[in-house]
Amino acid sequence: MIAGRTTHHTPHTTHRKPKTENRKPHTDNRTLTPSPLNPFSTHHRVIGLWYLFSCLIWLGIGGLLALAIRWQLAWPWSNMPILGSWLFADSGGTITPEFYTVLFTMHASVMIFFVLIPILTGGFGNLLIPPMIGAKSLAFPQLTRIAFWLMWLAFGAMVLSFLTPARGAASGWTAYPPLSVFGGNFGTGDASGNRVAQAWWLVGILLTSVSSLLVAINHVTTILQMRALGMTMFRLPATVWAMLVTSIMQLLALPILILASVMQWTDISLGTGFFIPAEAAHSVAGGQVLLWQHLFWFYGHPAVYIMILPAMGMVSDILACFARKPLFGYHSMVWSNIAIASLGFIVWGHHMFVSGMNFTIAMSFMISTMLIALPSGVKVFNWIGTLWGGRLQLTTPMLLGVGFVSMFIIGGLSGVVMSVPPVDVVLHDTHYVVAHIHYVLFGSSVLGMFGAIYFWFPLMFGRLMSERLGKLHFLTTFIFLNGTFLPMHLLSRMPRRYADPYADSLAEFLPLNQWITWCAMGMAASQLIFLANFLWSLRFGILSQSNPWQSNGLEWSGVDSNAANDDNEPLEVFRWPYEYSSPDRESDFFPQWEKESDQPERNESPNGD
Amino acid sequence: MNRFWSILFAIVPLAAFVVLSMVCLKLVPLSTMGLPQPINAPGQSIDFLFRLVHGLCAGVLFFTSITIVWSLWQSRSAAGGTRRAAYIKSNLLLELAWTAIPGALLLWLAFYQMEVWSDTRLNQPTQIIGQETVAVPPLVLVKARQYGWEFHYAGADQQIKTADDVYIENLLVVPANRDVVLELESRDVIHSFFVPELRLKQDIVPGMSHRVWFNANPADQLEILCTELCGEGHYRMRARMRVVAPATFDSWLDAEARKNQPAEFQ
Ligand code: HEM
Ligand SMILES: [Cu+2]
Ligand SMILES: [Cu+2]
Repeated sequence: MIAGRTTHHTPHTTHRKPKTENRKPHTDNRTLTPSPLNPFSTHHRVIGLWYLFSCLIWLGIGGLLALAIRWQLAWPWSNMPILGSWLFADSGGTITPEFYTVLFTMHASVMIFFVLIPILTGGFGNLLIPPMIGAKSLAFPQLTRIAFWLMWLAFGAMVLSFLTPARGAASGWTAYPPLSVFGGNFGTGDASGNRVAQAWWLVGILLTSVSSLLVAINHVTTILQMRALGMTMFRLPATVWAMLVTSIMQLLALPILILASVMQWTDISLGTGFFIPAEAAHSVAGGQVLLWQHLFWFYGHPAVYIMILPAMGMVSDILACFARKPLFGYHSMVWSNIAIASLGFIVWGHHMFVSGMNFTIAMSFMISTMLIALPSGVKVFNWIGTLWGGRLQLTTPMLLGVGFVSMFIIGGLSGVVMSVPPVDVVLHDTHYVVAHIHYVLFGSSVLGMFGAIYFWFPLMFGRLMSERLGKLHFLTTFIFLNGTFLPMHLLSRMPRRYADPYADSLAEFLPLNQWITWCAMGMAASQLIFLANFLWSLRFGILSQSNPWQSNGLEWSGVDSNAANDDNEPLEVFRWPYEYSSPDRESDFFPQWEKESDQPERNESPNGD
Repeated sequence: MNRFWSILFAIVPLAAFVVLSMVCLKLVPLSTMGLPQPINAPGQSIDFLFRLVHGLCAGVLFFTSITIVWSLWQSRSAAGGTRRAAYIKSNLLLELAWTAIPGALLLWLAFYQMEVWSDTRLNQPTQIIGQETVAVPPLVLVKARQYGWEFHYAGADQQIKTADDVYIENLLVVPANRDVVLELESRDVIHSFFVPELRLKQDIVPGMSHRVWFNANPADQLEILCTELCGEGHYRMRARMRVVAPATFDSWLDAEARKNQPAEFQ
């Protein structure tokens, strides 16, 4: 086991040992030169860590919101323990229908805009891109920190939305007008202040979008301009390719979201009528209700891939490393990113098959949606190709990586089911969709994110996380996640976003929903194992050697690319990052930074386990 | 440990595979995966597509999962031994195959399902009056509002939106085995008209007028569910629906018309 071995602490020597004079003695060869606690730093790594911590906090908040949703779906209108008396004091501890609407709106908004997008791009992107390409920093250090602080400003706007009498935005993360613009109940006007809450929500979304835009600019420039000597585009690891393509998608998609949210904001606050039809009461203009849906999904569909491509990239690297095999079909992996990104911009109509959009054009969205399943499928097959015949080391990050693949298959397949319009007519806006999105977003993206934390933890903190707790965390999360989301496929009769569905024809679904809630609680509890492991390992984790997983990636070279070490020789890259188990070599890996001529020293146990 | 993890990774696809097989083979209780039995012909063809595409999924799930689980399983002995991982970078033939075969299947599916789509969504039913073939006129104007359903029946003049419309709230009664056309409009925000038994769903967008149609077998106790978030009372926005014999329908509508004031339709 890796963790056991590293206690002897025999750093794998690189051919170019960094000069040791500038190093603080106690920090191995990975100096945290800039104070890691300074949130105003412009250092990519420090800000990356701040992203990581912030997003994990937001993940906790989003998770609690999810538990409240599940509570209501299992035991409608009953007092919620602990949180209930605090959150819902006005209603005597029970969730009101109004607040239920807020709950699922905020759950999705937090998870999408404050957890998955920022942790994958701002968090892992900032942390990994520079060391993976051998750059000393990101291209625009000021943007690095501005982007991060915009996230907290955005979160502030969400909190303001929560502090309004309406207790938060309540029109879903999709914010369809006219509901979002009118706010609450139409007949009685906006008694509960929903419009104000929605306006603050839009400000929050706007700020996260600007933040993501800055991150994307920063990453694209860095990847294109600041690669080390020898780091050609086709020697970039899958992670970096995914980050590049993701950033380009963000650059193209975010302006539309920014535009649309400004339009909705002015509809609410300045009385414009972009999305309000002439026929509506109080209408001053002849707006288009469906225009919002087109704009939103033009952003929204690329957004779902923005939330998974980086995780796909990181999982590709993890799988190759622990299968001790070259990433299968590296080139098709790269091209499938590009295919997904391009097709991703012409499939948005699959969210609108029953929206009243022209029925003939639905057919072209159907075809493009089926086409996008192809590159997604190619990726799955390549991952399996990577595992096949490997010498698998089932460490925690590897288990999470395999979990990612296995969950993505299920989520991708339910996507294909819904891409058939006559079938989607039945499934749309029911819990089947909820099952789909959670298989891809939780089953895949979140598992991938955890895998990346376990894998790059030594790079971030110089220590390894506990494998024992890690595996327990994986095991329980995996079981409960499937217990929660697999049965949701059987709820294709039950509409989404119902505060209390259990009347008449839907009464029979109560027991299944209670089961789901039990599993969801188990899933939430499992994350406490992760929290404990994370905090414990920060302080007491086994000290890691410079390349604990014997990975080929440049980020493990042990050469510190921090600003304080300007006098390091520039890094040079000699090959792609997947030279595992080459028949020409004794050792089963050949890092990107090792020269051909260097006879690698024989490690005591070059092959792990 | 590899065995343990292999089994873990096998369980979920296996469970999913069993469910999918039951769907494809129409085995109770999962013959329709939680949906009620359809009561109209397009509902049945949609269900056929539903089973077909889930069947394809079952196949993909089977092969991918078997290979994943096997990869994990076979490497159990590798841990202690000296066997190295295979050094394979890619395989053009294999990659072409696993792009082309699913591609061909999907393309076939894409074209195959179009007929059902045009039946249910594009070709409004027609009737022959004298020499002419004309579209069946709407029987009911459905007005959705926060949080309820209004049904304005065409009166004696067989036209909706006229003074003799018959107004009923939260109950939709329609004749069986006849082409029924509904016109859907909203009074406030977006709603959605969903009848699971008809496999029919249509969002109702303010400012637009939508048409849906069906030809159903008799059925009692149907429910219309709103499937687009329309506010706090979204979950309450449900109405009862019955499909009755045409004669019953006619006399029912007559009775309702007599006790009904002329409805306000706008
Ligand atoms: C194989 C590829 C995929 C296909 C064919 C596909 C297809 C679809 C379709 C047709 C819908 C619309 C369902 C409906 O509302 O009726 C949908 C919804 C959704 N998909 Fe996918 N999907 C795929 C992959 C993904 C991935 C990778 C993600 C995210 C990582 C994702 C996230 C979502 C989300 C969040 C929604 C629901 C949005 C909402 O209504 O709130 N999908 N997908
Ligand atoms: Cu989409
Ligand atoms: Cu509704």
